[in-house]
Amino acid sequence: MALVLDGVCVRQRDEIWLDDINLELSSGMTVLIGPLGAGKTTLMRVVAGLHPPGAGRVIVDGKDVASISVRKRSVAFVYQQFINYPSLTVHENIASPLRLDRAFPKDQVDRRVGEVAELMGIGDLLPRRPSELSGGQQQRTAIARALARPVDVLLLDEPLANLDYKLREQLRGDLKSMFGQSKGVVLYSTSDPAEALGFAAPTVVLGEGRVRHVGDAADMYDRPPTLAVAATLSDPPLNLLPGVVRDGWIECMGASFEAPRAHARAERVVLGVRPHQVSIEGAGPGALAFPAEIRLAEVTGSATFLHLLLRGGTHLVAQLPGTRLFTPGQQATAYVDPAHVLVFDEAGGDLLASSTAEVDLHG
Amino acid sequence: MADIRLEGVGHSYDGGRTWALKPMTWTWREARAYALLGPSGCGKTTLLNIVSGLLSPTVGRIWFGDRDVTSVPTAGRNIAQVFQFPVLYEQMSVYDNLAFPLRNRRYPKAEIDQRVRRVSQLLGLDEHLHRRSRRLDPGRQQIVSLGRGLVRSEVAAVLLDEPLTVIDPALKWTLRSKLKEIHRDTGHTLIYVTHDQTEALTFADEVVVLKDGEVVQSGTPAELFLSPAHEFVGHFIGSPGMNVLPAEVAGGLVRVGEAVIGRAVGELPPGPVRVGVRPEFVRVSAARETPGVKARVKGVDRMGAYHLVRADVDGHDLVAKVDAGSHHTPGAVEFFHFAADGAFLFRDEVRCGSIAPLEGGQGA
Amino acid sequence: MTSQLAEDAGAETSPREEARGRQADLKPKNNRAWFLVLPVVVSVAFTAVIPLMTVVNFSVQDIFTPTDRIFVGLDWFRSISRDPEVRAAFLRTLLFSAQVLLVEIPLGVAIAVCMPRRGVSVSVALVVVALPLLIPWNVVGTIWQIFARGDIGLGGWTINNVLGIGFNYTLDSTDAWITVLLMDVWHWTPLVALLAYAGLRSIPDPYFQAAQIDAASAWATFRHIQLPRLRGVLTIAVLLRFMDSFMIYTEPFVVTGGGPGNATSFLSILLSKIAVGQFDLGPAGAFSLLYFLIVQIISYVFFTVLTRSGR
Repeated sequence: MALVLDGVCVRQRDEIWLDDINLELSSGMTVLIGPLGAGKTTLMRVVAGLHPPGAGRVIVDGKDVASISVRKRSVAFVYQQFINYPSLTVHENIASPLRLDRAFPKDQVDRRVGEVAELMGIGDLLPRRPSELSGGQQQRTAIARALARPVDVLLLDEPLANLDYKLREQLRGDLKSMFGQSKGVVLYSTSDPAEALGFAAPTVVLGEGRVRHVGDAADMYDRPPTLAVAATLSDPPLNLLPGVVRDGWIECMGASFEAPRAHARAERVVLGVRPHQVSIEGAGPGALAFPAEIRLAEVTGSATFLHLLLRGGTHLVAQLPGTRLFTPGQQATAYVDPAHVLVFDEAGGDLLASSTAEVDLHG
Repeated sequence: MADIRLEGVGHSYDGGRTWALKPMTWTWREARAYALLGPSGCGKTTLLNIVSGLLSPTVGRIWFGDRDVTSVPTAGRNIAQVFQFPVLYEQMSVYDNLAFPLRNRRYPKAEIDQRVRRVSQLLGLDEHLHRRSRRLDPGRQQIVSLGRGLVRSEVAAVLLDEPLTVIDPALKWTLRSKLKEIHRDTGHTLIYVTHDQTEALTFADEVVVLKDGEVVQSGTPAELFLSPAHEFVGHFIGSPGMNVLPAEVAGGLVRVGEAVIGRAVGELPPGPVRVGVRPEFVRVSAARETPGVKARVKGVDRMGAYHLVRADVDGHDLVAKVDAGSHHTPGAVEFFHFAADGAFLFRDEVRCGSIAPLEGGQGA
Repeated sequence: MTSQLAEDAGAETSPREEARGRQADLKPKNNRAWFLVLPVVVSVAFTAVIPLMTVVNFSVQDIFTPTDRIFVGLDWFRSISRDPEVRAAFLRTLLFSAQVLLVEIPLGVAIAVCMPRRGVSVSVALVVVALPLLIPWNVVGTIWQIFARGDIGLGGWTINNVLGIGFNYTLDSTDAWITVLLMDVWHWTPLVALLAYAGLRSIPDPYFQAAQIDAASAWATFRHIQLPRLRGVLTIAVLLRFMDSFMIYTEPFVVTGGGPGNATSFLSILLSKIAVGQFDLGPAGAFSLLYFLIVQIISYVFFTVLTRSGR
């Protein structure tokens, strides 16, 4: 099974929703990650046939599906809202796509429903109606309905976004093992980096209607090709600092370090620093030091998020391990090891250098 | 402003057969920021609506300071509340939306203007002040709703019911710290309902964990994280949650399967217990250290900033959170070492003791 | 408790979904939908367009007998539009419609606002309010014809004998007008009320809760929460009530027959007098077409104004 998007564009009046999307997806799971408004939902709707592409082709298994009606396509769609038939029981909800499929043997329906329900952990809820279920159970029902009939393409549009975070964590694990050996193409969209990283599946980063990058999420996290990719995959958000390249050195707000190997030609650069790479005490030699005022300390038990105000009004967030107590207004120095700084050129936001990744690549 | 006291307050939607909120006595102390944390359906919103007066409790009395407000309607309680989804006066401009609660309370015109501008500046709404609120995107609409909750000065408490649900993840971080700064500036009592532990922990002075309509533990974020009093707290707070392994206490020693993993601390009659240890407090090493267990690595999840090492202990999962640089091979048998003050014993889900290292290298 | 939770959840998601709907104006396009409309087009052609063409045909001819007719062009249109009796009836009808709208829309909304939002009383209130709508139009006319009579009607008798005000709709033009107006209000305000009630029910609970928290008065809650969300249904209510009242026939025909004098002879009554009473098919045809045109134009103006003002 293979799904190919060939130059897909969608325009709505003057707005570009999808701009020349070229993707090749094979069997198994692919994660689609991007911020709100990146075009994830539009892309899924195009694949499902719910929205005609303004240009380009959607090819499933070598066949252009443009002329095939939505009803005849072998596609299932799970939405962010828990959409079930309110008047049907869970059993009937899951059975509904099977009953509509003429090719599916009628005597097999109950068996199949039982199987999928068991898989989703809702086997004991079959006689209930959706209104009697919790949000998590409703969404499991919706996913089970999508899974019941084997389809060529399964689309899941932020299916866990409306659930409790604990439930999300648990379902993430369940879904990962379930979609791992799927024969069809599974396209899963999310805006949560932890989901993309946790699934460890091929990941497409989408932004402003364009494909930013395709690859392994963890690799992209370690060595983001562009600023947009780095930002999409960072939670807590990436700290951004301005820098200037001068004679092989990068200067950043009073501190400077030798420009790394992939030497930056650009005059001005943007430095990306992940919060957990910022410390406030005793750093190694060569660490960049920024005097700062502590604005706020957020303690989560496992970590403390320190919001720092640098000279010139730049904000910097540091994630320190453990519980640390600070008084707002206190002075401190933020240290960053230049080896952990991501250097992007200012214009396109392309990655110019990152030493972090190299450690991992060689190791 | 004063403390808000609940005296035996409970609520039932079906005339007392089941309690959505079990009768409880509780005090919200003045000027503190509370987070009310729990899974959906645990009674968080019920509790919040009882405080604001949108719901009158089946039993119990509510006091604001020395004033009994049990039968006082919402408008008379001087409470601000922000809902999960944007609730706006759609015909009005953003400015009028923010000014609405003040105008209804007959604040002087100059003060209204000053307060509205201050809130709008704090929340970054300045450039939208004169737009019709319904033309904003949902995220910004929610920020306006938030602003309406924060615009008044003399409130007994500001109640926030999962206010950041519809906000983009990146913006959440900014807004949360804004909220915290506003809290510091105004000194309002804040009660923040959420099912998101990061939100709860980073926001609150004190986190109240609710499960099945009752409080299972409350304390500072660090207390809840470092010494969970209940298995549920260990599970619900922290990502991933606390590892739980079945064990046995006999002769003052704790055994998981055949292996002795440490000495039981606390007055504990022998019998089955469960060992709880957070992934953060599990270290993986080749060499034997105590206390801890030997286990086979099932897999490693690369999560960017850290790795999760998953192992199997007699059919139970054990997860260790390790630095991103470290390397572990699936299939290898490693020693999973539990940090000395990070492992606890639970019986009937309630904490009953902790684990100390073995003395003199005894044990299997 | 379960149902309470479900209800709350439902109420809370809707504003968000609305927002999403606005955000992503995505609709699948499928031209086959036109086939579904075809039967309607055909039946409308048979029941409306073809008869209308007959009327057009009549309106340009002078018809003495079915076989003896001459083409007169637009003469009938000219004479009808200049006829003082028709003009008077037009103004009378316009005034009547205006009064109907001014009374029924606010009254209907007021009733809707007062109706309970939940509980057993909801169905009771719905049945009571909907009752007048279930009565056939000519029966409504008969009921009011008797009700308003000074001698045997409860209403008329009360006004005359208890309040001591002389009231006789068969003799006094104002009394007749008031009777017909009251009858229409009684008959059709429930429709407005039901439409408005449906609109009000769709407002999620948090909106009312927020209003309580913001200390909004009942009037402010109505003005800023309920009224803006009633715009859609009220547009429909205004259109329906305008068209219906502008074409009112049965009830005044039963009660007053257009009298006394011409006091309640509306366009429709005059038209039927010409068409059926005098069998002047030519003028009646021209009259009908003009009538039709006026209703269309005024409805269009209403619709445009009401939908535009909300943007």
